[in-house]
Amino acid sequence: MPGRRTSLYERQRALGASFAPFAGWELPLQYAAGILAEHRAVRCAAGLFDVSHMGALALRGPAAGEAMDWLCVNDPRGLDAGMALYTPLCRRDAGTQDDAVAYCLEPGRSYLFIVNAANVEADAAWMRSELDETGIAARGAEIVDESARTALVALQGPAAVDILGALLPAGEREPVAALRPFTFRAGGAAAGVSCLLARTGYTGEDGFELACAPQDAGRLWDALLAAGQERGLLPCGLGARDTLRLEAALPLYGHELDLETSPLEARLGRFVRVQGRHCCAGDALVRQAAAGPERALVGLLPQPPAIARAGAVVRTPAGEPLGVVTSGTYAPTLGRAVALARCRRGQAPIGSVVVVDVRGRAVRADVVRLPFYARGKG
Amino acid sequence: MAEFPRDVAYTPEHEWYRVQDGTIGVTDHAQRSLGDVVYVELPAVGAVLEAGRPFGTIESVKSVSDLFAPVGGRVAAVNTALADEPERVNREPYGGGWLIRVDPSGEPAGLLDADAYRRLVEGT
Repeated sequence: MPGRRTSLYERQRALGASFAPFAGWELPLQYAAGILAEHRAVRCAAGLFDVSHMGALALRGPAAGEAMDWLCVNDPRGLDAGMALYTPLCRRDAGTQDDAVAYCLEPGRSYLFIVNAANVEADAAWMRSELDETGIAARGAEIVDESARTALVALQGPAAVDILGALLPAGEREPVAALRPFTFRAGGAAAGVSCLLARTGYTGEDGFELACAPQDAGRLWDALLAAGQERGLLPCGLGARDTLRLEAALPLYGHELDLETSPLEARLGRFVRVQGRHCCAGDALVRQAAAGPERALVGLLPQPPAIARAGAVVRTPAGEPLGVVTSGTYAPTLGRAVALARCRRGQAPIGSVVVVDVRGRAVRADVVRLPFYARGKG
Repeated sequence: MAEFPRDVAYTPEHEWYRVQDGTIGVTDHAQRSLGDVVYVELPAVGAVLEAGRPFGTIESVKSVSDLFAPVGGRVAAVNTALADEPERVNREPYGGGWLIRVDPSGEPAGLLDADAYRRLVEGT
């Protein structure tokens, strides 16, 4: 069965994209330049990603603030218009339903969740059932799936601010350049296309995510590619998106997070802010935090040239099972393999050595501090 | 489009074999599907290959694949340049990106010519 295509599919074909199935979509895995060049472009210049496959769930109504409090594991109470929040979304047993960025359009009344493509329907169903059961829906909070009406492109890399600036009206350049991480401007325009401009991303670099109507996405995409040409911008596919996020140790749902894993077991403790709030997963998360979660996410550097990939079993040097690799790849910036692994907590401290089964071969790996890559300041 | 030179024979698993000098590599189609190659694991000189059996692995950023021997024989030479420059497989799959050379122990069997291999990968 052919996958769904975003509004940019024909342009991506023309750019030499090779496509791969992902969450029911047919998406560019890489373009003509290849994953390594695309990865490098984002670290050194800029990359342009089509992430229109991601879900967009609007939360609206007079009780929307109460709904945010109940659904978000991170604390949404201080959110003002133009602020965004990264938050795990957890079930009552602390298992992770999804992770999302919530954009505050109007405090207490209107929010937009950008969620993982594979989870859109399940997220919406879960949110609605939580809001129904608690009476919040009846007090005025509605979930509307806006995914089909939302195209999303990510412009990432140190040159992103200059490239985007070239497409903005003169009066908008300063305020957009001054946007702090996890803030956004709604109701603006880039290259004449109305869009929401957010200083967010998933690469470990500076950058922006731009949400617009699907029928306008082509114009915006073309303008960004043209403005970026002299500044080293490359169109980038899912392959580079994965190597970039993994170097930055950003979690990917289905790998580091799932219904059986709490955010406390995925190195996301700083996004768990449930004390003194009415959050559906609050009790379970507080209990787990007090008892200490059984598992923890650690960073591994397998001995070159081995590349430990998702599913590889992790053991102590004595052969005792410790856990499993959740994501692993060749990290282009480091020039070697990196991996994230979920291990028994406290059993694989930083500086220790573990053994990973790479297709039947025991490979030594050092447990290291995360992230593998952090961009320099200044 | 991928190249299908006529001076080599092909395995259905996307290796090529040049009968004249016993050279083995992966096809242009294979390197395009793999994407950027970051590591190639090859047997040592003197190792014995069995036709149709795995003799090494090729790893790209995204995936890892076994390499299958187009012919049985003894490894006569290994492309050591790939240790530092695995990207040669992408750049010149039929040239500087060759993998190994073998002294064949018999005639290759079950290989495809360029047209048959092209039909296989293009699904026509």
